[in-house]
Amino acid sequence: MERKPVIQLTDIYKRFYIGTPNELQVLNGINLTVEEGEFVAVVGQSGSGKSTLMNIIGALDRPTEGQYHLDGVDMIAARDGELSKIRNRKIGFVFQTYNLISKTNALKNVEMPMLYAGVSGRKRVERAKELLTMVEMDERMHHLPEELSGGQKQRVAIARAMANDPAIILADEPTGALDSATGRKVMDLFHKLHKEQGKTIVLITHSPELAEETDRLITIKDGNITGERSGRGGQ
Amino acid sequence: MILYENIRLALFSLKANKMRALLTMLGIIIGISSVIAIMTVGNSMTTSVSESMESMGANNITVGLQQKEDEEESTEEGLQFGGPGRMKTAQDDDGFTYEMLENYCDTYGDYIMAISASESVGSGQIVDGSLYANVNVTGASLGYFIANSIDLAAGQFFQEREFDDGVMVALISDLAADNLFDGDDEAAVGSQIQVNVDDKYYNFTVIGVYEYDQSASGFSSTSTKDTTTSMYIPLKAAKELTHTDNYLQFTVVTASGVDSEEFAETTEDFFATYYRNNRDFEPSAFSMSSMVEEMTSMLGTITMAISVIAGIALLVGGIGVMNIMLVSITERTREIGTRKALGAPNSSIRTQFIVESIVICLIGGIIGIILGVALGAALANMLGTAASPSVSSIILSLTFSMAIGVFFGYYPANKAAKMDPIEALRYE
Repeated sequence: MERKPVIQLTDIYKRFYIGTPNELQVLNGINLTVEEGEFVAVVGQSGSGKSTLMNIIGALDRPTEGQYHLDGVDMIAARDGELSKIRNRKIGFVFQTYNLISKTNALKNVEMPMLYAGVSGRKRVERAKELLTMVEMDERMHHLPEELSGGQKQRVAIARAMANDPAIILADEPTGALDSATGRKVMDLFHKLHKEQGKTIVLITHSPELAEETDRLITIKDGNITGERSGRGGQ
Repeated sequence: MILYENIRLALFSLKANKMRALLTMLGIIIGISSVIAIMTVGNSMTTSVSESMESMGANNITVGLQQKEDEEESTEEGLQFGGPGRMKTAQDDDGFTYEMLENYCDTYGDYIMAISASESVGSGQIVDGSLYANVNVTGASLGYFIANSIDLAAGQFFQEREFDDGVMVALISDLAADNLFDGDDEAAVGSQIQVNVDDKYYNFTVIGVYEYDQSASGFSSTSTKDTTTSMYIPLKAAKELTHTDNYLQFTVVTASGVDSEEFAETTEDFFATYYRNNRDFEPSAFSMSSMVEEMTSMLGTITMAISVIAGIALLVGGIGVMNIMLVSITERTREIGTRKALGAPNSSIRTQFIVESIVICLIGGIIGIILGVALGAALANMLGTAASPSVSSIILSLTFSMAIGVFFGYYPANKAAKMDPIEALRYE
């Protein structure tokens, strides 16, 4: 089956402190295509440039050079206001430190991206409850983040990432702050989203074991893609 | 919908930091409440002053003497004494004579309802054994009672004969009657009293008791028993006691329908003809209504000036709000980063923090208004005037506190909106 590309990165360069003696080239011409429904792991040590790559994929940052198309949209040409709309509709972020809004309960946290998308109140609550049920957090939806464990918080964060049914889920070390048992549950959730809903997921991790579970492993070193092979999930 | 969410969020974050929110609001509360309180007191005072002046008669014209500005004298002597001329005191000879007044009445009879002149004999005491009452002995013309709206509780006013002959009769206040006749006003009428003024004793027959208007004399620290009230005697009797013939000042009660301000000028011109040859003095006449205007505008200016000072407190409060908003966005840097990553446009981040700042200022403003109205009422009550909180100042304060919220919230909110999401997400 011909699958359409969701992420298309062509000759991406990223340089910092341009024009100063400390000029730093972090990405050296990255070419990467992620197709719809793929579960891709990006592996690399700290300082390898994987965070910068994630920021560019997540539309939080722009490359210095190169072409980037996300779900058919030219991200280089998009203005800042359009980028926040794209982040809202097409990208679901999952962070290592969860980043839930501390003063509002789980339900309101899941509702938030829909609020910015202009979804009406009743639909928002309906969808948020549905998502929380999916991540098995429906019984704790009225709890504040501080009343939840790390694994529970991350599950709420995943539900939040799914709120506007994005084209990709971008997970940055989602199990980094969790013990292996709860980390396992979170990973299982990603697999469930991938298999049952056909979500395109980009997982950034430094754990080789977790990366092995995905369809494709991409290794980054010194701003270059140095390795690309199929994982166990892809076989 | 987003606005509602923003208000809800703002209330949440206020609830989470109650103490801080209260301290932040304190500046706004103090500022708004003092502005409202001052405006209320100012308003009440203006109302009560103009009311009491009008009760004295807005149609009254006060005629007196003022020193002539003699240019030669003032330049020469002014240089010598280092001041603008020498102050002179008008003597009895400088005063308006009875003939002048008669002429005046004959000329402008249609415009005049009554002429009120008085002569103070001095303060003294009515003594009756161990009973006493403090009084100011004042000689009054018939018009005096009209001009000052004095009402009788018992007895009668002076008759024309008593005025003309200067009969030793007196009107005492009901307060004095309380002290001397145990409150029996009827018993007072017809009785003989002895008054001690400057160690001289005078005998009078009481022919009437008038109602003492306490509010007209302002507040008094002495007890009712020691309060000094006026005892009125016929003007001519007083003139004889003080050995004077003329009047340094009198009040004209104009007939209804007369423009008192215009008539004041006519009056001044009329008496000016008599004073062409007087070296030092010239007549001056001014109407009560122009005085009311003057007083009102003066009180208004004072109120404005104090309000401006209170407004500075409000400004300081606003800076406090800005300060706390800056602290708040720094604390919530990660939240801002998260919101941006999840697709919040800069405008909605900005709105969120401006709304929060407005909410702080509005709550502070509302508390301030309640406190201010209460404080203003208490102060007005203390000053013995009816409180009249001005609705316009309340609306103004509400608008103003919202404006403070927007003004002092904009800079922090804009700072939040312009944060780099990557930096914000990385913030520890």
